[in-house]
Amino acid sequence: MNVERLVAMVNDIAAFFASEPDADAAAEQVAYHLQKFWEPRMRSEIQRCLEQGGVGLSPLARRGVERL
Amino acid sequence: MYSIDHKDLGTPAPASTGTVTLDIDGSTVTVPAGTSVMRAVALAGGHIPKLCATDSLKAFGSCRVCLVEIEGRKGFPASCTTEVAAGMKVRTQSPRIQKLRRGVVELYVSDHPLDCDTCPANGHCELQDAAAELGVEGSRYANGGASQRGVKQDASNPYFVFNPDLCIVCSRCVRACDETQGTLALTIEGRGFSSRVSASQHQPFLESECVSCGACVEACPTAALTEKLPLMLGAPTKAVSTTCGYCGVGCSLKAEVKEETVVRMVPNRAGTANKGHACVKGRFAFGYATHADRVRRPMIRKRITDPWREVSWEEAISYTASEFKRIQQKYGPNSVGGITSSRCTNEETFLVQKLVRAALGTNNVDTCARVCHSATGYGLKHTLGESAGTQAFTSVMKADVVMLIGANPTDGHPVFASQLKRRLRQGATLIVIDPRVIDLVRTPHIEAAAHLQLRPGTNVAVINALAHVVVTEGLANDAYAEERCEGDTYRKWKAFVSDARNSPEAMEAISGVPAALVRKAARMYAAGPNSAIYYGLGVTEHSQGTTMVMGIANIAMATGNLGREGVGVSPLRGQNNVQGACDMGSFPHEFSGYRHVSDAATRSLFEGAWNATLASEPGLRIPNMFEAALDGSFRALYIQGEDFVHSDPNTNHVVAALSAMECVVVQDLFLIETARYAHVFLPGSSFLEKDGTFTNAERRISRVRKVMEPLAGLADWEVTMQLAQALGYPMHYSHPSEIMDEIARLTPTFHGVTYEKLERLGSIQWPCNDAAPDGTPTMHVGAFVRGKGKFYLTEYIATSERSTSRFPLLLTTGRVLYQYNVGTQTRRTANLAWQEEDRLDIHPDDAEDRGIADGDWVGVTSRTGDMVMRAVVSRRMTPGVVYTTFHFPESGVNLVTTENSDWATNCPEYKVTAVEVVRVGQPEAWQARIRAERGAQRSPALPTACSHRDEC
Repeated sequence: MNVERLVAMVNDIAAFFASEPDADAAAEQVAYHLQKFWEPRMRSEIQRCLEQGGVGLSPLARRGVERL
Repeated sequence: MYSIDHKDLGTPAPASTGTVTLDIDGSTVTVPAGTSVMRAVALAGGHIPKLCATDSLKAFGSCRVCLVEIEGRKGFPASCTTEVAAGMKVRTQSPRIQKLRRGVVELYVSDHPLDCDTCPANGHCELQDAAAELGVEGSRYANGGASQRGVKQDASNPYFVFNPDLCIVCSRCVRACDETQGTLALTIEGRGFSSRVSASQHQPFLESECVSCGACVEACPTAALTEKLPLMLGAPTKAVSTTCGYCGVGCSLKAEVKEETVVRMVPNRAGTANKGHACVKGRFAFGYATHADRVRRPMIRKRITDPWREVSWEEAISYTASEFKRIQQKYGPNSVGGITSSRCTNEETFLVQKLVRAALGTNNVDTCARVCHSATGYGLKHTLGESAGTQAFTSVMKADVVMLIGANPTDGHPVFASQLKRRLRQGATLIVIDPRVIDLVRTPHIEAAAHLQLRPGTNVAVINALAHVVVTEGLANDAYAEERCEGDTYRKWKAFVSDARNSPEAMEAISGVPAALVRKAARMYAAGPNSAIYYGLGVTEHSQGTTMVMGIANIAMATGNLGREGVGVSPLRGQNNVQGACDMGSFPHEFSGYRHVSDAATRSLFEGAWNATLASEPGLRIPNMFEAALDGSFRALYIQGEDFVHSDPNTNHVVAALSAMECVVVQDLFLIETARYAHVFLPGSSFLEKDGTFTNAERRISRVRKVMEPLAGLADWEVTMQLAQALGYPMHYSHPSEIMDEIARLTPTFHGVTYEKLERLGSIQWPCNDAAPDGTPTMHVGAFVRGKGKFYLTEYIATSERSTSRFPLLLTTGRVLYQYNVGTQTRRTANLAWQEEDRLDIHPDDAEDRGIADGDWVGVTSRTGDMVMRAVVSRRMTPGVVYTTFHFPESGVNLVTTENSDWATNCPEYKVTAVEVVRVGQPEAWQARIRAERGAQRSPALPTACSHRDEC
């Protein structure tokens, strides 16, 4: 999978949930969305990206991926 | 001429609920109040001759053939314009009436040719019938047809011909254009014997404002307006009710056939979605079904660079199954997938997703709704609780305010547009939110009260600004929202939209819409009292498509505009069965009825019924499949009725992904663009060749009925069954009704649906179950499906696709009336007479800056690719925005669009692409370069442009 594309996608997801004032709740919603709509190899790839430093991930996207 | 099995009652049914009892020729008759005497007589089994009356049009009272006697009334009232009254005594036959009728018909005959034997309407002419009934064999007044003789026939329209010498000037055609279609293209010019039907300003039909809906042809009582095809093929002998295979309106049609050949397609007057109307596509453009380009034999090839080899069905199915098994064994169960089609029936899409989940053991199934209304499914499910529109089409007739967002119904959903226009002409207020000046902004007798001509990509900015006005000016329906919705999310949303950053004044710089206009529109919408939102792909095909759908639901909930007729949120679905394909579990994360695959109880239900272990994780979506193909983990795809290479964004990316796969199976009517990259081609069957059901944009399930045998021998559902069998997962259905029975058993919203009930009721709007045995026209009555409605915060986030100095213009895309989506069907019909190429609309200022004149060839370049087409200099656009359609593969529009997509659903952002446009002196050089770039990935075994022309 194209990691750059996945990073852009998860950042877009996080940008939507960033309006949520409760930061923990926002991160939870990002993680929930990924679990419900991302195929496992996509989740694995984004987790691997995070393990390697998570270059390009927004702060909220990073927190969301951490919860997977 | 109306349908051959239609019994015309003369005037429309009244809207009343009470009844009236009267006496007709000595018999007591009870009919609905408001019924005309003519209709009452017909309902009682009687008959009154008529010429200017038909039950699709309001009574006109012009021909004076339908005169009757009514006790206590002077003279001879026209039965079409006279309403029944309690105790009324009507006499339909008497020597005096007969004499009067005979005299009138004799006058008509005096100006009409008498060569009935050679007339195309012989046997179906209402004047001929009336004359025969009244014993009129000639005229004492003139030689038949004297004043009309020699007037030139107009055969300019590819589908019908106008013979003025056969016209009796009854005005039925003019009234049909007015009342049924709402275009007002026809008129009667001249007076007395010089009276003539005229299209626009005495123009040929093809060049006039006529949109070729055919309502006038159907309304004509003689052969003045006649379809061409029956003249060539002969009169039909049988009518079969079915459902149109084009847009999401889902018009009920009668296919009139002679043996197995469709001669005419006539809208069904009992059809609930279309009420006896159709458009140029549904009524006339069915010739593709028997076009010479249809592929009738399966084909296979080892590599996409090899020539195709025709094989038997057995060999094609066996090869496909063996390849899928081989690939799964080598790369794992999730290395394969399937695509269902919104053009196929519910039963067929259900079978494909069942095959993928149960036979292949993966959830890698998706559907073309991914690239159109997937954002609708997500947005409405999360806010209201159901992934579907809330209303029936007829609801619009009770709307006081209509807000139309990112939709162009007169082109995309013409039959709904006619109904909408009727309501607007009755006085409803129209708000248009669209970057283009669509026809409805200003059209005869209709003018939008507000046109918010926003910049592409700023929908969310505008909906937030509208909501800001609603909330800060105290226009919200707090009582409704607090009772019906989650109070905490409502209050959070109110605080969010009230923030100054969401005010119309703050958003004006982003959207380009004057703040005062936004405030005006918000006040109109909030005032209602019945305000309805209709929207299209101009909402969903954005990086914030889902956010916008949620924003629409938010404002509807906040103003109390949900849960009754006249209001609601209605997505105008693009394809005939895109709603159904979604309902049937075509998305990779959910089973039929929108239940997530991770839900153990639901999965257990399906596992029990299907005798298979099902995956609990979501599968790949279409764009994810492409990415996985490029990384080597996705190797085989079964595609039923979808042309990725033409329809999906960033064509080169799509082509690279398909080229990387080891087995691509295309099941389609024609050798579509995607077939260039396929290893197996399975011939598909058109909607005329099978039984099944479609579900339209208002959740209406309607029957599709077979009128001819599948040209390749198998209907699509039978092909899927054979493939399942070859994969070791036999399916046992002898008829699609048995598939529907299984759908009903497994899907709560379909529990009450059966073919028997569809026969009885005509159609059913889901949910249809014990709580709503006859279906549900209006959703969320009393409570939302999810319980309490949920507000979401919809922050405006600009798309990353922005105009720059290199790409200073924004390209947005859409479609035209005469072509349909990727044009696979309509390009193979005479609709080419209206449009035979895609063109680029550009504002005069932008055109002048670039030295572009109307009709010039222009090159369009984005960061992903180039295309070349002719320019149309048009003030429909604002400066900085250009527009084109995507009907013709040779245009290569999706070479230019990008892979940007909606955050929630990956619905592509077709509506915003930064481009530059230049005048091109040598388009051939551009075309050659683009072809060369694409050609490197093409199969040499096929022509370079699979188009409508004969070379395909």
